[in-house]
Amino acid sequence: MKPILVLVSVDSNSVLLGARQFLNYLREQIAEYNLSDTVDVLETGTMGVYTQGVVMAIFPDDVYYAVKDKEDVHKIVTEHLLKGREVLDLTLPKEKLKLFVETAPVSKETRIVLRNAGLIDPKSIDEYIARDGYFALQKVLTEMKPGDVIEVLKASGLRGRGGAGFPTGLKWEFTARASADQKYIVCNADEGEPGTFKDRLIMEGDPHSVVESMIIAGYATGATKGYIYIRGEYYGSVDNIRKAIQDAYEYGLLGKDILGSGFSFDLSVRLGAGAYVCGEETALLESIEGKSGRPRLKPPYPPTCGLFGKPTVINNVETLANVPPIILNGPDWFKSFGTENSPGTKVFCLVGDVVRRGIVEVPMGTSVRDLIYRFGGGLIGGKELYMVQTGGTAGTFVGVDKLDVQLDYDSFAKYGVSIGSGVILVMSEDVCPVDVALNTMEFFLHESCGKCTPCREGTRLAVQTLRRISKGRGKKEDLDTLRSIASVTQEASLCGLGQSITVPLTSIIDNFQKDFEDHIGAGSCPHGVCHFEKSRSKSKVRR
Amino acid sequence: MKVDLSEVRKIVNQAKTESLQEGDMLVNILHCVQDHFGNFIPPEAAEIVAQELDIPLSKVYEVLTFYTMFSTKPRGKYVIRVCVNLPCHVTGGRQIMETLKEELKIDVGETTADGMFTLETTSCLGLCGVSPVIMVNDTYYGDLTPKKVREIIEELRAGGDEK
Repeated sequence: MKPILVLVSVDSNSVLLGARQFLNYLREQIAEYNLSDTVDVLETGTMGVYTQGVVMAIFPDDVYYAVKDKEDVHKIVTEHLLKGREVLDLTLPKEKLKLFVETAPVSKETRIVLRNAGLIDPKSIDEYIARDGYFALQKVLTEMKPGDVIEVLKASGLRGRGGAGFPTGLKWEFTARASADQKYIVCNADEGEPGTFKDRLIMEGDPHSVVESMIIAGYATGATKGYIYIRGEYYGSVDNIRKAIQDAYEYGLLGKDILGSGFSFDLSVRLGAGAYVCGEETALLESIEGKSGRPRLKPPYPPTCGLFGKPTVINNVETLANVPPIILNGPDWFKSFGTENSPGTKVFCLVGDVVRRGIVEVPMGTSVRDLIYRFGGGLIGGKELYMVQTGGTAGTFVGVDKLDVQLDYDSFAKYGVSIGSGVILVMSEDVCPVDVALNTMEFFLHESCGKCTPCREGTRLAVQTLRRISKGRGKKEDLDTLRSIASVTQEASLCGLGQSITVPLTSIIDNFQKDFEDHIGAGSCPHGVCHFEKSRSKSKVRR
Repeated sequence: MKVDLSEVRKIVNQAKTESLQEGDMLVNILHCVQDHFGNFIPPEAAEIVAQELDIPLSKVYEVLTFYTMFSTKPRGKYVIRVCVNLPCHVTGGRQIMETLKEELKIDVGETTADGMFTLETTSCLGLCGVSPVIMVNDTYYGDLTPKKVREIIEELRAGGDEK
């Protein structure tokens, strides 16, 4: 091992900021200055922030740099690596890195899901093992009965991080209890909720944590086959997960008779192909079965009748990444984070007009205000906050009056602020709620699979109505029309996609009613965003 | 265009080795076949897929027309996918789309007359940390401004013959 180690973030967001070029240049420079014997350069996953550039970490000095161009790389090599002087103007204060969870007591153990992202080479199974990887699997296979594993998960209170928050232990128990000749474990990595990229960064930064958890789930429920269904566009995730699976097979952690326990498990990757609805679990199963991704009528639910009609556990990537630490540290440890009904941490994606866009892992129950101002650094250019979308496109739109709501799985029922997939989309006064609502409904219209009428037609009607308002041709009764579309679509749709359009639609109308009303009968968009058309009917009257 | 059918057969059979259960491979296979032809699946190739998997051709087409990443018709050399979801929309995405339409003189879903560019929309690509974002074939571009978009198009036009 060489005395100095440089870690470079090369997740997809960083690659767009030039991470690959910087990495190559760094290697060239290290060779040029004859530092090859003393400095090791490794690739790693996200360190959470992107605003200042590509993050490079130097150990053992524990210094973090944000690099914007090759000149910066040159400076780091000639100053820090060669002369041992920290380049102060490129240093990134550690409190800006997401890995710091600012709850009392501050401790390393609070990085649960992102425990390895940004620290290990995601393509190396050895580095994962060196950070206690596959220890939980070993513990499960050698010391625990399948029922014990489920009891631990139930006691931990872990709930599904895909958005619905269903207790994970219970889900596993349903499948464990179902009797069948074949059962399956499916990881839902079809991350498509706009604004969400946490699963991508977990898979790119720590793919083995997902693989390990799926094997554990297989053991606990009696399933012997598993699929990871990844979005077709997520090339980096697909590569890293495929490599992880291949290495796990080579190490005897997948395949027949794992670690001599007699338990066997096979795992394979399946790709999505650009359909948001496949994030709905039964549509996802249809897609794996080689069909169009159209949701099934429920019940029966997947834990008893899922893939190929067999009992199937479907978990989100982030949910699974929580499992090994819970097995190793116990349910009480896990419950020491977060809130009573929603223990643990949550990975949030801070996007929009916020200074530090990126991901942050914080305990459940963190307030919207803290996420935006303490972790996100407030709004770009000192703009005024106007609206926040929480939980993704199927989540809620709220105003500044809801900033102190603490986000967990109860915050929607209690305060109308949804945690969903963990998106915090920050919007300044530059946006117009009508335009935002229109964009949101256009998304649902495009993604509606067309199988059931309420969703197919409801989204179309909502878009027509909103488009009319955004063109200055709105009528007073339009708001009631939108509300009734929302409620009918919710009541009558087949799956979560149609049922959930009511949440964004009613929350934006309720919380920003005045903005909608100000569009009706006005001469121009009060926010200067929507393009009003000259009304044809009026001009006819004038003639 | 001449379609080498034995090559397609080879791709399908290679992909089939990843199967854990009969019937679990169609979408993955369509990805492999489309990658082989660049950016679409010709009818002859779809027929081979149906034969090799022993399923009706209608089923292959039902699936391949359902998913937006697949195409039954050849697309431009560069397929430009523009994210139109809210996180990109509120950080300047609208101007990105307008610039592309202006620069390429085509609308969404169309291909330029020289066969170079196809303009498409896409849902969130999960790169909202650097929005607004577009994808050109399998390359992502982020933190875009109208100026950057024009530069990207210019670069692609200049290096248009190589790939």
